[in-house]
Amino acid sequence: MPINQTDGANQLLSASPTLVARTGSFFHRYANPGRFLKLGARLQPWLTWSAIAFTLAGLGWGLFYSPADWQQGDSVRIMYVHVPAAMLASAGYAGLAACGLLSLVWRHPLADLAAVEIGPVGACITALCLATGSIWGKPMWGTWWVWDARLTSVLVLFFLYLGHIALIRAFDDPQRGYRAAAILALAGAVDLPIIKFSVQWWNTLHQPDSITITGAPTMSASMLWPLALSTIGFSLGFAALVVARTRAAVMESRIRALLSSPRRSGGAA
Amino acid sequence: MTHLPYIIASYGLAAIMALVLSIGAALRLKRDRARLAALEQTHNHNAGTHRTP
Repeated sequence: MPINQTDGANQLLSASPTLVARTGSFFHRYANPGRFLKLGARLQPWLTWSAIAFTLAGLGWGLFYSPADWQQGDSVRIMYVHVPAAMLASAGYAGLAACGLLSLVWRHPLADLAAVEIGPVGACITALCLATGSIWGKPMWGTWWVWDARLTSVLVLFFLYLGHIALIRAFDDPQRGYRAAAILALAGAVDLPIIKFSVQWWNTLHQPDSITITGAPTMSASMLWPLALSTIGFSLGFAALVVARTRAAVMESRIRALLSSPRRSGGAA
Repeated sequence: MTHLPYIIASYGLAAIMALVLSIGAALRLKRDRARLAALEQTHNHNAGTHRTP
């Protein structure tokens, strides 16, 4: 059967490589390590200081000025740490999956370095989410842990982070580690909608979401504002940490390149 | 505040984690910056020597 160039499917197929190439060139423009180091150095103080300001404002407001919950009492103040940590645990993994996609499709070198650095930060924030959830669960549910769908899916996310950290460093050839970890990051992203909808799909002990994109929040503004501030602060802090660690990783790769350069060993002509 | 120990534990964990991660990242950046500067200086110096006829 002859190929009809006006066929919509064929047009899409012929357009796809162009689209991939254009998108790739956009990403490669920002893959330059020197450019990233300059941009990162400029962004770093803004990210760091705004993260400190927002986090202190949010947590201070939540701890001292926001009202106690009529049912949970003062233990509701754990929410100002637990909820931002839970949001960032998922968002961080989404970032890891995005890095995996950039690495597999466009071989973006910075995406590989960023994936190496997002993993430990994401694992720490997921551990914080699990720990604060457990601490909140003890006075509210009377137990530190239940094999509830939400809790279990977040625990799986924590293990995915640990697996990513282990896998990306498991090979002598770093490129093989990057590829394997990118595939794990993309496959593990299936856990993100499970975490999000676990409280709707299953009958869980964990409460349903109080804040959704489509509906009005089910909490008072006096609690919502400090929660928003601490969420912004935690997110900026996460970004500041990842930028700082990725800058360090870029410098370390330059150091390795310089140490292995022939001039240093006196082999250059 | 009967739940005070739980609240302190949560905020304390968050503070410890933030401090450990940020101090670790700052020290790593400082060490790498110093090491890279020293290496680049040596490298440029060697390159200059090689260019001299």
